[in-house]
Amino acid sequence: MSARSNILNKLRTGLAGSIPRPDDFDERLVTEPWQYAPEDRITRLRNLMEAVHTEIHQVHSDNWPDKVAAILAERNLSNLLHAPATAHGQKLAEYWPKSGSSAQLLAYDRPVEEWKEELFWQVDASLTGTVGAIAATGSLVLWPDRHEPRLMSLLPPLHIALLKASEIEDNLYAMMQRQNWSAGLPTNLLLVSGPSKTADIEQVLAYGAHGPKELVVLILEDA
Amino acid sequence: MSELFYDAAPNATRVAPERPGPRQYPAKPREVILFGTCVVDLFFPEAGLDAIRLLEREGVRVHFPEGQSCCGQPAWTSGYASEAREVARAQLAILDAGMPVVVPSGSCAGMFRQHYRELFADEPDTLARVEVLAEHTFELTEFLLNVCRVDWQDLGEPTRIALHTSCSARREMNTHLHARELLGKLAKVERVEHDHESECCGFGGTFSVRMPEVSGAMVKDKTQSLMTSGADEMVTADGGCLMNINGSLDKQQQAFRGRHLASFLWERVSGEGKA
Amino acid sequence: MSQRIPVTELTGGFRDRAEVALADGQLRTNFRTAMDSLMKKRADAFPDEDEREGLRELGNRIKARALSRLPDLLEQLETKLTENGVKVHWAETTEQANEIVHGIIRARQGSQVVKGKSMVSEEMEMNDYLAERGVECLESDMGEYIVQLDGEKPSHIIMPAIHKNRRQVSKLFHDKLGVEETDDVNELIQVGRRTLRRKFMEADVGVSGVNFAIAETGTLLLVENEGNGRMSTTAPPVHVAVTGIEKVVENLRDVVPLLSLLTRSALGQPITTYVNMISGPRKADELDGPEEVHLVLLDNGRSGAFADAQMRQTLNCIRCGACMNHCPVYTRVGGHTYGEVYPGPIGKIVTPHMVGLHQVPDHPSASSLCGACGDVCPVKIPIPELLQRLRQENVKSPAEGPKVKDGGAKYSRKERLIWRFWQTLNSSPVLYRLFLWGATRFRKLTPKHVGPWTENHTAPVPAKRSLHDLAREHLAREHLARNGGQ
Repeated sequence: MSARSNILNKLRTGLAGSIPRPDDFDERLVTEPWQYAPEDRITRLRNLMEAVHTEIHQVHSDNWPDKVAAILAERNLSNLLHAPATAHGQKLAEYWPKSGSSAQLLAYDRPVEEWKEELFWQVDASLTGTVGAIAATGSLVLWPDRHEPRLMSLLPPLHIALLKASEIEDNLYAMMQRQNWSAGLPTNLLLVSGPSKTADIEQVLAYGAHGPKELVVLILEDA
Repeated sequence: MSELFYDAAPNATRVAPERPGPRQYPAKPREVILFGTCVVDLFFPEAGLDAIRLLEREGVRVHFPEGQSCCGQPAWTSGYASEAREVARAQLAILDAGMPVVVPSGSCAGMFRQHYRELFADEPDTLARVEVLAEHTFELTEFLLNVCRVDWQDLGEPTRIALHTSCSARREMNTHLHARELLGKLAKVERVEHDHESECCGFGGTFSVRMPEVSGAMVKDKTQSLMTSGADEMVTADGGCLMNINGSLDKQQQAFRGRHLASFLWERVSGEGKA
Repeated sequence: MSQRIPVTELTGGFRDRAEVALADGQLRTNFRTAMDSLMKKRADAFPDEDEREGLRELGNRIKARALSRLPDLLEQLETKLTENGVKVHWAETTEQANEIVHGIIRARQGSQVVKGKSMVSEEMEMNDYLAERGVECLESDMGEYIVQLDGEKPSHIIMPAIHKNRRQVSKLFHDKLGVEETDDVNELIQVGRRTLRRKFMEADVGVSGVNFAIAETGTLLLVENEGNGRMSTTAPPVHVAVTGIEKVVENLRDVVPLLSLLTRSALGQPITTYVNMISGPRKADELDGPEEVHLVLLDNGRSGAFADAQMRQTLNCIRCGACMNHCPVYTRVGGHTYGEVYPGPIGKIVTPHMVGLHQVPDHPSASSLCGACGDVCPVKIPIPELLQRLRQENVKSPAEGPKVKDGGAKYSRKERLIWRFWQTLNSSPVLYRLFLWGATRFRKLTPKHVGPWTENHTAPVPAKRSLHDLAREHLAREHLARNGGQ
């Protein structure tokens, strides 16, 4: 007998004579305490994310690349990883020569194996999109794909994320429903609620444990 | 929940019982039974007598059935369920007179209200009587506060006290709230908080002798926080905790002491100074 | 095994280890400070009692629903994961699980494993198993890394190095890594970051645990703050997740309340920095992520707990650690005293099924049954009730057929006789009153030493007269007064 059938048989014996419990999931318990007027969502998101050292800027959806250039300049960073095949990546690339920024634009355009050393140690910053955010918990939703791979939001010490103001949902449940997650998820769906941190030594908070030391969110107000 | 889904099979996966609503209290009865508890019986009998006096002061006639002994808790928490059950059966025979049963100890009251059900789960006839007893059982402070609705004049001198509540009483009976509210009725009594007030004193029945190292550390911390609270004395409505805390204070040769809440209350409202 | 862990090597049982821990002032302070802070964080994270209680009830029902269909859900999970390209393995024992993991590593000719935090891998003692076979298995959670570096085991399931303070960590890093000593926690963390980043890059295989396995979508959900979990599951070419069979939930939406309960109960955070939902290996056109993803489903005694409807409730556990944070015993003796992978109240009720009660005979008694654990459990496991049950199993005679693995570990004819005597005394009014009479009358003869009780207390001396006597006299007077007044 295989381990699989042994385990399943034991479990079935344990349940003999009983029937499954009903699905009495009460969605009000996870939605009602976490609802906000549309104008309050950004405030809630900001408060929560700033409390865990996230830097947030509300910018116009036309000129956000300005802000990106400024952020890099402030920190004196020498390069920025972007996703050229995405709309925001294109926009950034078009703007960049005009920005006067000395930072070099890098593209994640080959498999990780081909440039691991550089990717792990030499990329200063990255810019990714998001598919929305959750006001209740102060979380960005990242949906990595071929164009914007998983490690983009993890390896560089600075991660800049673009968020459309109109895509902030009240709570995780609402987000799941609106985007119909149960119908199909990407390889790796992520909720990101701040820069990487740890409190493993004496419960003292330290940022930049293994992932980004800094997270900057640009909230794009619709044009 | 739909009846369709009700699953009483012994193998059925269990869900937590629904959160009970606030307890509904009856009007003040003419007579009650006092269940003294074994610890009070032998070590703090004055507290039991003061409980009787407090009840009588409210115009309630008190019966003290001679056949009572122990609620069964020591055996139950030690894993000796059948021994606990037989002792429980003896109490049940005495206490199911249809009268309210008042207990000057939250953990013993909790035994009647919560754990007798577990002891007699396989005896449907007894279980019905257990349910009646559970319904009729009141911890002393709860009874004074919510059934007698006492209105007291504080005849004592100004004093500061710390209140210690036994854990099972706190969690099974909410007695910390009752005791606080009762003490709040005494104009010249100031209740001071102590460090880690809600934490266990380390008694835990036989825990204190099975794990004397850990239990000893707990009661040491508890007595420390009581002594540094600024209180003149400690009061508690649980004989077990009282024995633990006072026994430890005595061992440490400290002057600070705890007292049973019933004795403290009687002293305040009767004006009889501490003997 | 070659590298046995010092803390579990301590001879003696719980009480011996407790005595050592209780005498360690630094350890006591480290735990008290940390637990106080964690309790406050949890309380602050649940400001609304009704919201909290509603959510706990929902959490309990979700887990109960999942358990009531556990075998079906495991099959559904397997089907979905397989469709998503994840290879699913089943292991009844930790030995089998280790063989599976080692087999996966060997197939890739791997020699370096980097591990995200996983309590199941601690159950498996995976680090030791792999080390003996020439595979380096490095912990990457900062706390786990620290305890591994010091040859220890975690003392808390969420905060593995909570027993150490910064000076101890600094000294450790200095001794083992040759870096300068510092009191700056940030600097210490940066040392860990630099050392481990190289390992993430070089590792052949990443190992992780799972917080929730979602049957509906075939998704493995992991929570963490550091990013080491994302690293371990994304950077190496192979990801192996190991988890207990109880971690499966039915639907994606079920994780919404469970996630909230988990992070708020554990750390007082509304959510962790990262919630990492993995639904498959790298797709053909993707540029990163592991080429292979494996899930190892481990039983290790869980089906034994499952067989008993009461003990089945232990499988509700979502490993938040709130019960230990609130436990007055754990706070004083720390995690290592328990001598097993899972310390604290939850450890006391899940460990017997894994290793047998004879291995942990004192665990069920190491509680005052204060109930703090049951009060805070986010999925409402009745921990005190289950401890109580284990105490019963613990003292059963072989003839009574204990129902928990290796029950009857504490069976003693002598103790049983004492309780029988107690029973006789307390169920016979005549004998009981005789006892009261004797105890009060001969109170002066109370011995100065009464077993372990007088280690911490003076001996309790019975009153001069029992309540039975006082009440009889008082009530007779009352009765006379009442009748006389009429």
